[in-house]
Amino acid sequence: MSIGELFSLLLFDYTLRTVALGTAALGAVAGALGCFAVLRRQSLLGDAIAHAALPGIGLAFLLTGSRATPVLVLGAALAGWIGTLFVLWIVRSSRIREDAALGIVLSVFFGVGLVILTFVQRRPTAAQAGLETFLFGQAATLLLRDVLLIASLGGAALVVLALFWKEFKLLSFDPEFGASVGLPVTRVDLLLTSLLVVAIVIGLQAVGVVLISALVVAPAAAARQWTDSLSVMVVLAGFLGALAGVAGSMVSSLGGGIPTGPTIVLVASLAVIISLCFAPRRGLMAGFLRERGTRRRLRVDAVLADLYALAAQHGEATSHAHPVAVLRAMQERRGGLERSLEALESRGLAREVRPGEWCLTKAGVERARTLFLPEVAP
Amino acid sequence: MSWIDFEIQALAIVVAVSCALPGAFLVLRRMALMSDAISHSILLGIVLAFFVVEDITHPLLILAAAATGVLTVALVEALHRTRKVKEDAAIALVFPALFSVAVILISRYAGSVHLDLDAVLLGEIAFAPFRRLELWGMDLGPRGLWMMGAILLLNLLAIVVFYKELKLSTFDAGLAAALGFSPALVHYAFMTLVSVTAVGAFDSVGSILVVALMIAPPAAAYLLTDRLPLLLVLSGALGAVSAVSGFWLARGIDASIAGSMAAMAGVTFLLALLFAPDRGVVAGVRRRARQRLEFAGVMLAIHVLNHEGGPRARAENRVEHLQEHLRWSPDFARKVVRHAQREGLIASGSGGELHLTALGREHARHRMLH
Repeated sequence: MSIGELFSLLLFDYTLRTVALGTAALGAVAGALGCFAVLRRQSLLGDAIAHAALPGIGLAFLLTGSRATPVLVLGAALAGWIGTLFVLWIVRSSRIREDAALGIVLSVFFGVGLVILTFVQRRPTAAQAGLETFLFGQAATLLLRDVLLIASLGGAALVVLALFWKEFKLLSFDPEFGASVGLPVTRVDLLLTSLLVVAIVIGLQAVGVVLISALVVAPAAAARQWTDSLSVMVVLAGFLGALAGVAGSMVSSLGGGIPTGPTIVLVASLAVIISLCFAPRRGLMAGFLRERGTRRRLRVDAVLADLYALAAQHGEATSHAHPVAVLRAMQERRGGLERSLEALESRGLAREVRPGEWCLTKAGVERARTLFLPEVAP
Repeated sequence: MSWIDFEIQALAIVVAVSCALPGAFLVLRRMALMSDAISHSILLGIVLAFFVVEDITHPLLILAAAATGVLTVALVEALHRTRKVKEDAAIALVFPALFSVAVILISRYAGSVHLDLDAVLLGEIAFAPFRRLELWGMDLGPRGLWMMGAILLLNLLAIVVFYKELKLSTFDAGLAAALGFSPALVHYAFMTLVSVTAVGAFDSVGSILVVALMIAPPAAAYLLTDRLPLLLVLSGALGAVSAVSGFWLARGIDASIAGSMAAMAGVTFLLALLFAPDRGVVAGVRRRARQRLEFAGVMLAIHVLNHEGGPRARAENRVEHLQEHLRWSPDFARKVVRHAQREGLIASGSGGELHLTALGREHARHRMLH
């Protein structure tokens, strides 16, 4: 299948369009809300919420006998929320640290969820088929009404995010200051966490409990590299999340049994790698180039200093030329001598009097005098 | 109890204890979630090694899986060291990516790989007794029990031999470095141990419940003791208790054994959190109530001392007036007076007025000065 055909499928194929819309909406919501989780160092809270949601799904089915997505999503949200409250409670009321509290809630809730699911599965009625899709997610099972549910719940979460933007921003960057100006920190924290719960549970059907946390963290971590502004970061993360969702659905629609959830996660991870390497200011490449530029500038300055020192010893600063060999001997293996001399020449600070012999120009002497110790002046 | 039940429980105990031992150090080193990352990404190692040897029981699988676990640790650290992402985000980025690659590989080549995705998450401890180890035609018991037993021995040996190094680098990494123990070396060696343990346990209880067995029992033990050797013993014991009770819970309601073990590990932790003698929630509540009462008793003594012999002593030093002057509720005021009487600070006269005893007077004076 060519790329063009794939795009026409995206527009005209009902199933793929539904799945792509659903995963895109999901990616946008998870990406935008994930920014706050990443900035507040709660990246793994999403993982705990997702795993903690499993018993909610099982119980919702057990109590109502319904497999309708809204019922299961409600159960998942309640369980995920209770899970986060447990984490908070454990950390506040004991000396157990957050990492262990998260690990316990994540795995124990998941274990309880498995007990409920296996219990349900072994009962005679076979109506429970498909509950396991929540483990790894199955985007292909998304129906239009599921997509509408994702979009409406996610949209509502984004509206709340916009309404409490200032409060969430304050909470994320300076909660102590927030408390001092009267921000109800605990309540705002709970509200923001609840939004995160929403973002996660709407993704369980498509991506699954194991991987949904990556969709929360990866777009935000990628977006963080490109900007220092929270609003830009949130919009960019939402965009990257949506992009990952669409790309993931398209790749897995190619057939070959490639599951959607892991593909979305890999696309988002790729976005992180690209951002880490190539983002303009924070990127590793930019850092490397910056460092190389600095090192080169320092090398040029060092040659200027050497020429200046020679001039101080020999006098006639602007006419007495010094062989390259002498300069090399003074260099202490810094390397790049020729290139540094050329750089000095092009800036008009040094000139090659005879081939292989250099001295400072008037401008060079001036420059060296402003840069280096005046007492060794020629 | 059938012989199979016995074998499953034996395996469950061995798995739980071998997870709890390195888990104790994970909890102390605040790296609990590394176990989550490792237990997921080892799947990639298993899949890749399987493609090479095409035998699901080959020992290379264990080596490759353990290597992937260590690779995960290294990747998280490398990502963290760029200082572009925080450590928690680094963990949350690395293991889902590796796990995703593994899941895609399994799904893509589902036909040729006898790896069941559900088993990856849930484990198959119930089937462990059916995979026997046979040598020279002799049945030596479940293969998993032998493997996990070897891992348990390895853990015990490593902890006994490198006890000093582990302890020092866990509690004071700076001092460990200053004394010439390389914290990085200890860290990676320890993480190798965690990876090997996770690989072994993975087969029985699946990748997520490994986390429960590694973290919950040591965290419960951490609430019960301040001594490292006791912490290790308690972690193992609580892990074993969770394993056995989980097995019977699963038997009772016909549900996943591994899930029940994790649930019981959670119950164990919850009980410790609530009822631990010193650090439990209940003990904390009672301690605070007692401190409040003791403080109020001293307040009462000081109040009575203040008015003793004064013109309004009869009016002030009555239970009813305490509500007004110390803003205590009637209930609380009565409780404080009873407490103070029991402690011998206060005696009440015939008209209901309160007197200080000699001890109470001394106490009140002392507390006012200090």
